[in-house]
Amino acid sequence: MHNEHSDTHFQTRIDNGEHIEAKDYMPENYRKHLIRQMSQHAHSEVIGMQPEGNWITRAPSLRAKQILLAKIQDEGGHGLYLYSAAETLGVSRVEFIQQLQSGKAKYSSIFNYPALNWADVGAIGWLVDGAAIVNQVSLQRTSYGPYSRAMVRICKEESFHQRQGYEIMAKMMKGTKDQQAMAQDAMNRWWWPALMMFGPHDTDSPHSSDAVKWKIKRETNDELRQKFIDKTIPQAELIGLTVPDDKIKLDEKTGHYKIGPINWDEFYRVIAGNGPCNKQRLDHHIKFHEEGSWVRDAAVAYKQKHSTKELQTV
Amino acid sequence: MTKQEAIYKYALRLGDDALILGHRLSELCSRGPILEEDLALTNISLDLIGRTQALFIYAASIEGKGKTEDDLAYRRSENNYGNHLITEQPNGDFAHTIARQLFISSFEYLFYSELEKSKDETLSAIAKKTNKEIKYHMQHASDWTIRLGDGTNESHKRMQNAINDLWMFTGELFEMDEIDAQLLPEGISVDLIPLKTNWNNYIKTVLTEATLKVPEDGYMQTGSRKGIHTENLGHILSEMQYLQRAYPDAKW
Ligand SMILES: [Fe+2]
Ligand SMILES: [Fe+2]
Ligand SMILES: [Fe+2]
Repeated sequence: MHNEHSDTHFQTRIDNGEHIEAKDYMPENYRKHLIRQMSQHAHSEVIGMQPEGNWITRAPSLRAKQILLAKIQDEGGHGLYLYSAAETLGVSRVEFIQQLQSGKAKYSSIFNYPALNWADVGAIGWLVDGAAIVNQVSLQRTSYGPYSRAMVRICKEESFHQRQGYEIMAKMMKGTKDQQAMAQDAMNRWWWPALMMFGPHDTDSPHSSDAVKWKIKRETNDELRQKFIDKTIPQAELIGLTVPDDKIKLDEKTGHYKIGPINWDEFYRVIAGNGPCNKQRLDHHIKFHEEGSWVRDAAVAYKQKHSTKELQTV
Repeated sequence: MTKQEAIYKYALRLGDDALILGHRLSELCSRGPILEEDLALTNISLDLIGRTQALFIYAASIEGKGKTEDDLAYRRSENNYGNHLITEQPNGDFAHTIARQLFISSFEYLFYSELEKSKDETLSAIAKKTNKEIKYHMQHASDWTIRLGDGTNESHKRMQNAINDLWMFTGELFEMDEIDAQLLPEGISVDLIPLKTNWNNYIKTVLTEATLKVPEDGYMQTGSRKGIHTENLGHILSEMQYLQRAYPDAKW
């Protein structure tokens, strides 16, 4: 079905490092891949507001409360940029939200884990945003123009997220025994899921090859994961946190850390819907979306009334 | 009461208003009717917590007992809180959230415009900064009141209900006690009595455009400035103060 000539031309543009823009020719599968990936990314930003949001009302200082509010607000803003960027591919935000709520579209599985103590807010910022940044920095060079530009904007804010998370962890590690225990507990629970955020090993990754050819994905899952591991382990050691993996070893020759085996059964179980919070996160989203429907209807009705009124007076 | 004590209490309860309303709005994070609105409400919450911080830092410095703004926020019990009852009322549906914001922000706009002229330089500076934000809060709440009032039948009904439900908490905004009275001749506090007419006019204008009725003045709830609150405040504080109370030696 594809116009061979255009596909060849498209690939040449990709190979030349050009950005593809919304109105440019693109193979249907390129579009599909982007729609899936960008909407999943947008949904992740929005669903990701929930675990941290769980601690806003219990934030232990005025400063912490403001930082957390600002951080979550950023994430919602990222959701907005990404929905707009994804809409350039011909799918509306309403449709994206339907796909999320029906389970057809996914979001990052990391948000199916619960935020159980205050240090989880630190661990999420440090590890989850930290992992997301590695991925997003790489995506700044993605081939689709609107996605790439959204990533540039988002990356500017993300480093603050990672820093504030690390600051919380560092503060707690300098604090009382209870605080240290909370921080270590959060570390134990978030470390492995954060590593899983990069997806399956390259040898088992179903989407990678086309995405690499089209330069949607610029680095592989394992390459990105390794970057994250190498930057994070020294940060943990610096503040006295133990990484919950007794197989960690620094390879002196390569300068990279080797880690123990990732529990892929858990990864696939959570993706399949059986994580601790999958149902809770979606139910929450659906509940407040439905409760807000009368507000959205009212806004539309008001707009229509007033635009017709204006038309009548003209 | 010495002048310093009066200023301390004055700043403290203004901070309490901002803190408790800011807390209420922060409960709405990830619960807005649409993502844009989620962000707008969070933004207002952020402004309010920021204002709280400025006022509590000032209050703590006047008190001179070496307390921090967090001691004031997290270590007082409800009968030491002086926030208006309306700030602690639950978010309810979106119409209630908006009605509460409309009543409070339009009052605050008038109030802080006057406080800008306070002879107390710190209060005046805080008022100037916060009033720029309040203008936006007031606009936001007014726009939504009009949209919901003049939207669908359902939204009209909900908006009118919310206005009616919260009306009994608006009288308290204009109450003056001995602290206001003591600081008034000094040119520090705001005379609330003259604000009432302007406030009524503003509310009437917005509600009329929203095709809503202004409620009749009935009995007005009172008590917050004396530390007598609705049952809501205890729950807010038990949640908000949880970590500070459970781990009193910890620094956060
Ligand atoms: Fe994120
Ligand atoms: Fe983000
Ligand atoms: Fe982030």
